[in-house]
Amino acid sequence: MKKENKGIIGYLFNNRHRSRTISYGMVIIAYLILEAMLRTGNLSNLFLGLLVPATCYLVAAIGLNLNVGVSGELNLGQAGFMAVGAFSGVCVSGVLAGSVPAIPRLIIAIIVGTILTALIGFLIGIPVLKLQGDYLAIVTLAFGQIVMNLIMNLYVGLDSSGLKFSFVQANFTLGEGGKFLINGPMGATGTERIATFTAGVILVIIALVIVYNLIYSRSGRAIMAARDNRIAAESIGIDIAKTKMMAFVISAALAGAAGALYGLNYSTMVASKFDYNTSILILVYVVLGGLGNFNGTLIATVVLFLLPQLLRGLQDYRMLIYAIILIVIMLVTNNELLKTKVASLRGRKQKAKA
Amino acid sequence: MRFLSNLVTGLGLGSVYAIIALGYTMVYGIAKMLNFAHGDVIMVGAYIAFFALTKFGLPLIPGILVAVVGCTVLGVVVERLAYKPLRQASSLSVLITAIGVSYFLQNGAQLLWSASPKMFPAIISTGTLNIGGLSIAYLTLLTIATCIVVMVCLTLFINKTKTGSAMRACSEDKGAAQLMGINVNRIISLTFAIGSGLAAIAAVLLCANYPTVTPTLGSMPGIKAFTAAVFGGIGSIPGALLGGLLLGIIEILSKAYISTQLSDVIVFGVLIVILLVKPTGLLGKKLSEKV
Repeated sequence: MKKENKGIIGYLFNNRHRSRTISYGMVIIAYLILEAMLRTGNLSNLFLGLLVPATCYLVAAIGLNLNVGVSGELNLGQAGFMAVGAFSGVCVSGVLAGSVPAIPRLIIAIIVGTILTALIGFLIGIPVLKLQGDYLAIVTLAFGQIVMNLIMNLYVGLDSSGLKFSFVQANFTLGEGGKFLINGPMGATGTERIATFTAGVILVIIALVIVYNLIYSRSGRAIMAARDNRIAAESIGIDIAKTKMMAFVISAALAGAAGALYGLNYSTMVASKFDYNTSILILVYVVLGGLGNFNGTLIATVVLFLLPQLLRGLQDYRMLIYAIILIVIMLVTNNELLKTKVASLRGRKQKAKA
Repeated sequence: MRFLSNLVTGLGLGSVYAIIALGYTMVYGIAKMLNFAHGDVIMVGAYIAFFALTKFGLPLIPGILVAVVGCTVLGVVVERLAYKPLRQASSLSVLITAIGVSYFLQNGAQLLWSASPKMFPAIISTGTLNIGGLSIAYLTLLTIATCIVVMVCLTLFINKTKTGSAMRACSEDKGAAQLMGINVNRIISLTFAIGSGLAAIAAVLLCANYPTVTPTLGSMPGIKAFTAAVFGGIGSIPGALLGGLLLGIIEILSKAYISTQLSDVIVFGVLIVILLVKPTGLLGKKLSEKV
């Protein structure tokens, strides 16, 4: 038996806390280094523009891992939830533009975006979670596309008589001095860019706190039990529908928060940005990071998000190489021969320790 | 009359979806994988047909045959290199690999043939057939006829030939099929070959109806046809036909009578409603839960 270490280090690195300590540590260290580089001006403009989107994808991927990894339901519509968060966040920020300063406005926008997305996640979850396996996956994809298409036809505007919205362009007229918040297929334009890197990092940490506290709680264990064996879990009195719904809604809410931040990071945002390709991109981060492993998600998201930028020197070939890297990683990590090799190496290491 | 003509147009589009959906459904039925790269095989088929018909000036039938052979080879090669090593892996790993293949094909096509759209030549005369006030384009008739021929051939092949029954056996129970002396790997390769060959036919029909060829041409019809396959019950061949035709009709009718922009919303909405009523699609097998 391994002896439990005592003291604060022992507490932080015991079985229960090791992975979260590493997660928080990675995020905080990365933040401190990047912030220092930012302050001293050592960061290229290219990377400067990538900081906030990276944190958004991190939050969305953490949420998706909760759904796909911990709850075991394949979701191909995460981008749809990001879209809801993004456009509601943009609207809230647009409405409050004159009256509330930037930082509280960002916080309110993210909170509203999160709550609205959670609500929509709940509504979508009612039909979706009745299905299983691949059928569930295709329905999430369908919902993602529906949400995107609806937002592409949504007109929201603000004038002296208040907030107006419509799905038909012909019915939509704004009074004197009115402005569009969402202009149909043109999306949101003229958004004030109030998202900051610090806000993104705080959001990542909040997301991690939520998922870690959830998965180590009674509810989290119920979610995992429902994933591993539905019938056995049901027989010991776990309400499958409720646990699955909890994971689904929290996952959606995190995507909404990520979306709100994302939407407020650009002056223009079109709904087609959130099509199923974006959902799949986030899914790739989660699967390559390892299902249910949030440290893996953090690393995979950052690496895969930056990879196309790092391959920029290869110009046209970069996405081709990205695709090849993706396939090769999948082939290598699933190679039986390699797996047994790694397992035997690990075994030897452990024997040596003992 | 206008309704009838819309219905026929819908059947035409639905026939294309049905042929693509066959590729999804056959691969799912036998390999139990969602082949996300299928849409991009269509795109490659479209480019091959385009070059065969324009640059090399081949007549229509040989041109299509070249595309079919090209796609079949592509399908088998992709299966060998990317999917076969993952037979024992989790379905999510296979899904991600298929996505990787999809990215690869799209970006490869962009490098080879550039992103600028190419105009697909007209394959038959643009005339229309008039039956008592109802006018139907010859192209639509050809599309529907092709779909019927493909369907009949495939059904005969699956039900009447020895290889066809081997395929059915593999989709029922791979282990038992192997014990009966069926070479499961060969059957899976064959399934990919047939599905990809059909993709080439679908590509020609698709491009004859919507004549712009781009590297992302396959993704939206791919997703729609995938929806059609699920609609009809994924794994079921008659289901793919039914799902494809219904999807085409719903799409055209909602474009004609409700809203062009919201037609996708309606298509996906109907899918969700159907799956709620019949959780495994219209003609899908019932899932039984074992305790």
